[in-house]
Amino acid sequence: MAAPALERPTATAGTQTVTMAKALNLGLRAALERDPKVLVMGEDVGKLGGVFRITDGLQKDFGEHRVLDTPLAESGIIGTAVGLAIRGFRPVCEIQFDGFIFPGFDQIVSQLAKLRFRSQGTVKVPVVVRVPFGGGIGAVEHHSESPESLFAHVGGLKVVSCSNPVDAYWMLQQAIECDDPVLFFEPKRRYYEKAELDPTTTPAPLFRSRVVRPGSAVTVAAYGPMVRTCLDAATAAAEDGTELEVVDLRTLSPLDLGPVFESVRRTGRLVLVSEAPAESSITSEIATRVQQECFYSLEAPVLRVTGFDTPYPPSKLEEGYLPDLDRVLDAVDRSLEY
Amino acid sequence: MSPEQWTRPKTEGTAGPPAATAAKPTREQVIAGLRATSEGGADLVQLLTPEGQRVEHPDFELDVSTAQLRDLYRDMVLVRRVDREGNALQRQGQLGIWVPLLGQEAAQIGAGRALKPQDMAFPSYREHGIAWCRGIDPTELLGIFRGTDHGSWDPIKKRFHLYTIVIGNQCLNATGYAMGQRFEGKVGDQDGEATMVFFGDGATSQGDVHEAMVWSAVYDAPVVFFCQNNQWAISEPLERQTRVPLYQRASGYGFPGIRVDGNDVLASLAVSRWALDECRHGNGPVLVEAFTYRMDAHTTSDDPTRYRLADEQEAWKLKDPIERLRVHLVRDHGVEQDFFDGVQAEADELAARFRDFCFAIPEPPPERIFSEVYAEETPQLAAQREEYLQYLAGFADDAMAGGVR
Repeated sequence: MAAPALERPTATAGTQTVTMAKALNLGLRAALERDPKVLVMGEDVGKLGGVFRITDGLQKDFGEHRVLDTPLAESGIIGTAVGLAIRGFRPVCEIQFDGFIFPGFDQIVSQLAKLRFRSQGTVKVPVVVRVPFGGGIGAVEHHSESPESLFAHVGGLKVVSCSNPVDAYWMLQQAIECDDPVLFFEPKRRYYEKAELDPTTTPAPLFRSRVVRPGSAVTVAAYGPMVRTCLDAATAAAEDGTELEVVDLRTLSPLDLGPVFESVRRTGRLVLVSEAPAESSITSEIATRVQQECFYSLEAPVLRVTGFDTPYPPSKLEEGYLPDLDRVLDAVDRSLEY
Repeated sequence: MSPEQWTRPKTEGTAGPPAATAAKPTREQVIAGLRATSEGGADLVQLLTPEGQRVEHPDFELDVSTAQLRDLYRDMVLVRRVDREGNALQRQGQLGIWVPLLGQEAAQIGAGRALKPQDMAFPSYREHGIAWCRGIDPTELLGIFRGTDHGSWDPIKKRFHLYTIVIGNQCLNATGYAMGQRFEGKVGDQDGEATMVFFGDGATSQGDVHEAMVWSAVYDAPVVFFCQNNQWAISEPLERQTRVPLYQRASGYGFPGIRVDGNDVLASLAVSRWALDECRHGNGPVLVEAFTYRMDAHTTSDDPTRYRLADEQEAWKLKDPIERLRVHLVRDHGVEQDFFDGVQAEADELAARFRDFCFAIPEPPPERIFSEVYAEETPQLAAQREEYLQYLAGFADDAMAGGVR
């Protein structure tokens, strides 16, 4: 059962300035309106509207059987979503915070990821798992993690991350329409940044990366919360006459590295930026693939600016842990020194 | 075990709890307790005694004709024959592993025959009898154990989900499915839909099973939790999973729990039918504990002589589910030897077909590794397949060149 095409203008047509939180809310609303099989489920998503208010007002308008306030257990949320999907529903699960996804990890990797493959395509499980992720909000432990690489490593899952309100609006709806299970990572520290949203335009494809700022000196690639940081770094670098090309990866599994390769072939330099620990991560994968594809174009080794290979620190230390504008610029300088 | 047995003894005149060792039963006591309970008692629904005597239960009436009894007998014999053949095929190196069902035929055929076509079933990995009742040809089970596929039937069409190997996962999947049945308004009368999920006593220690019971209760999901308590989770006895009889846990979730003699196909049928009817009318969920015994190993990789007593197995042999129905058919229904011979012959034919099929299963082509991973295949996977097939094709060229390298 293919869902209707996305291009149709929604009831919320008309350009407006929205935060990412509002854009996600509008995206969910549009998906719920479009397809009666779409469900929203998670802890506190009903009356409260979610701890970040992403689901604000949805239960009031769509009812308790479309927007489910669930018991408090992540394996239960994912596991029942899998069963609902087998029945023909398209559940969108909200995990309250990144660090709480681990009780649901088993159901995600053991059932959600594998059912299509195990059944040779007779069972599909179009479940979206929304995960507010990353740090920078001064939260207590388990509230600021970046576990996306763990999911990108699992065959059968797709993993995406939005970086701005327009993408948030479209990518969430596209993920819901996708017949594959999608882990949808939302940069929680960017929830309240604003942009102009026109719901009547045609969206960019979901599983594609994009150059969001052209430049010629160094390619900088990032996703989710770090895209804003990289754009700020590019603005700062431009003042010193260094033009950075910034790529928003958008999709982490499958990675869409065509634009990155193309960019590196021009600049000869790549800096990867991610909040996640460096070892065995998405940035490790990109670095490998870039050296395979762009070996003769590279003027410098691929450099990374990441979190450290530690548990996420107490919030008073997170400023040091998280890549910021200065650490990005430092890596750019090191790249240019080769 | 009786609940009394699990009550900590009160220590006269002393404050505070007794020493931890005081209430811990020995292994022999546990086994004795299990036996005592399985012999009967107020909490065990039984309609056919181990001696093949038909008895009545005030809450569970069952009207079965001789023809229906014969069918149940046939089901159990055929399923057991397939199970033994599967075991033998593993011993002969034809299957990587087999998961024996021996001893649990009554629990499964009773539950399986209670399911209606519109119902959905979620198995664990020992449910060969349920598969049989859902119209899955036994040969379709072979690929899982021979390593050629993960289940070749269509779970949607057959209304029988794929075997689930991670313990307890399927309880949540079944609950979600049942929630869907309810959301779609498919419950309410005798034509309503229900879901039945199968798991073992070991699974009751898993968080997913607990969560499934919480979820099913709060959403009134039409799901029957059918626990086959076969007393052992590989080498871990029931006492390692619980301090109370498993069926009693249901009261903590707010729905009925019933213990049925799992070696009694009539009781298993009657209780399952009732439980499913409760669900299809919208009164679910229900927990059924089928009190039974795994007569063989956990899987062919296991060695039960290391952890359980031969005596225990001997005691359970006396409660054999097939033998008791056979006695009942002969004594109370005048069924002649011809019938039993006919079923045996049919079982042998089925086993031969099962065996032949096993030998004939083709090796899956290498591209199976990459097929149906995604609805929309990723470019990376397409590239990996292409590269791998080209690599393999290189060997084919070598072979055509006379194998000289």
